[in-house]
Amino acid sequence: MTSSRWAKWLVSLPPTLFLLVFFLAPSLIMVAASFRYPGEFGGLAPLFAVSGRESGLTLEAYRFFFGDFTYLEIFLRSFAVAGLTTLICILMAYPLAWLIARSPKKHRDLMVLLVILPFASNFLIRVYAWIIILGPLNLLYTSFAVIAGMVYVHLPFMVLPLYTNLEKHDPALLEAAQDLGANAWTRFWRITFPLSLPGIFSGAALVFIPVLGMFAIPELLGGTGDILIGNLIKEQFLDNRDWPLGSTLSLMLTVAVLGLAALAAWAGRTRRGRAG
Amino acid sequence: MAILEIRNVSRRYADLSAVDEVSFSVEAGEFFTLLGPSGCGKTTLLRMIAGFEAPDAGQILLDGVDLADTPPEKRPVHTVFQSYALFPHMTVWDNIAFPLKMAKKPQEEIRRRAQEALEQVHLADKSSHFPHELSGGQKQRVALARGLVNQPRLLLLDEPLGALDAKLREEMRGELIDLQREVGVTFVFVTHSQQEALALSHRIAVMNRGRVEQLDEPSRLYGYPANRFVADFIGDINLMEAEVTEASHSHLKLRVPGLGEVMAPPLPDAKAGEKGALALRPEQARISAHAQTAELKNHFHGTVRGFLYLGDVTVYTVELDNGVSMDALLANSAPGRAKFFDIGDDVFIAWRHDAGLFLRE
Repeated sequence: MTSSRWAKWLVSLPPTLFLLVFFLAPSLIMVAASFRYPGEFGGLAPLFAVSGRESGLTLEAYRFFFGDFTYLEIFLRSFAVAGLTTLICILMAYPLAWLIARSPKKHRDLMVLLVILPFASNFLIRVYAWIIILGPLNLLYTSFAVIAGMVYVHLPFMVLPLYTNLEKHDPALLEAAQDLGANAWTRFWRITFPLSLPGIFSGAALVFIPVLGMFAIPELLGGTGDILIGNLIKEQFLDNRDWPLGSTLSLMLTVAVLGLAALAAWAGRTRRGRAG
Repeated sequence: MAILEIRNVSRRYADLSAVDEVSFSVEAGEFFTLLGPSGCGKTTLLRMIAGFEAPDAGQILLDGVDLADTPPEKRPVHTVFQSYALFPHMTVWDNIAFPLKMAKKPQEEIRRRAQEALEQVHLADKSSHFPHELSGGQKQRVALARGLVNQPRLLLLDEPLGALDAKLREEMRGELIDLQREVGVTFVFVTHSQQEALALSHRIAVMNRGRVEQLDEPSRLYGYPANRFVADFIGDINLMEAEVTEASHSHLKLRVPGLGEVMAPPLPDAKAGEKGALALRPEQARISAHAQTAELKNHFHGTVRGFLYLGDVTVYTVELDNGVSMDALLANSAPGRAKFFDIGDDVFIAWRHDAGLFLRE
């Protein structure tokens, strides 16, 4: 093996180890946990019978999940909230990102800094600020409040990838399109928008997936009907002490997200396939 | 009839005059070139014709109609950009069909004309490729096809060969000439390469510092440059300070410091005492080992100080007895000989009395 190949191994070793230990292993533990019985005071029941209590492996948690329509409903609502949040983020972030990308170079860094400035204060404090804003307006504990909070928290994750994409567009392309007869509207939809799709996709992933798992915002800003998967999972671990069900819910969420990602990748491939 | 007319057009950036009172007209079907060093205003002028910039003063008329209120997308003028500006997310076919779609042509016509344009530039087999899959020359051809497909009144070309390597550039030169002849569209071509301009154009406007220095056919520009800038910019030339000592309708007599008396072709209303420069192309100076016949009135002895072997020709730098240095060109047409003279050789330089040109200050 040449020394450069050794170097590659050496460099990739720490992150690989990290992911193995702190991502793959916990994920496998979660899969295993979903097939077990809950322990009496949280945690998991022992794998081998101790004193007549339920022990060993079971599909109980899955039966519970698929047996109750409420879980599916909460899943669907979560996906709807995540989808709506992503859509609003795209609509709000696009003009902003475009504006920054079109500003003189010396102003751009400052504008990007302003976009990420909210991260300088604590997440919970920013969400509490919405309680103060929405309370007097009688909008607190509504779906609106949840969406507003979600959009507010995740907007920068949409602005940044979009800006990074739009900033790289060659202005000559728009000039060429205009030169060849395209008006401003057509130039946007035929050139700028399709070229910005990768930015939209990465922004959407950065917003959609965290929103799906978010529990703090619905808990602080939402009403009883605004519970999302994140709340459900948190509840199983912290309140109901039903780790197996919590693990099952987490697993189902992961599967759903991966399924969606696969679908998006497949759709992207066939689109390109048709174009080519 | 003039298809394009530029009338006293000026354009300033802050305190810099990019285009300064430029006027000329371009005939239908012409291959017209704006030639000049970078910063001479040729690209600014092109962008004003395309509509991306507006003149501060003056008018641009297309088919006799002022274009001032017509935005670029409404002008029947298309541009081939220096960077090609092909749409990276579209196939070659979609790139070429773009202008037709913008013009809302019927589906059937789009198909037919895009196909024609593809074949015209020999890319029929590349229609489903994306721009990043093409070579530089192929991108160039797509850009040309896209610019021509909707039959614009004018095709503007902004240094279109600049990004290609030398060999390909020569090939594309030939293709450009053929293409322009074939489609008959009027070309306005911008370049800083005098070779390209001479090879391609019907007429050339030589620009410098925002002004047109001279506008003429390539052979006349080369043979009769109007001033030192044009003489120096186009081709190689020997320029020597000179003063008119005698002017007649048949010839000029010039006094060139260090050289003595030189005969030059006549110049209308030249007067004795006028100062300027004697301009002589290296290929007009005859170099030989022996004294030449008396028919050549301008005749000097010197020593070879250096040479530049260019393959087809060799340019010898000769220092004349009185200290003046001149370049003389000799074709290497004799087989098996790399060069005829070596450094230190005694030679004679001579040129006809009707060669050379007196350029006024």
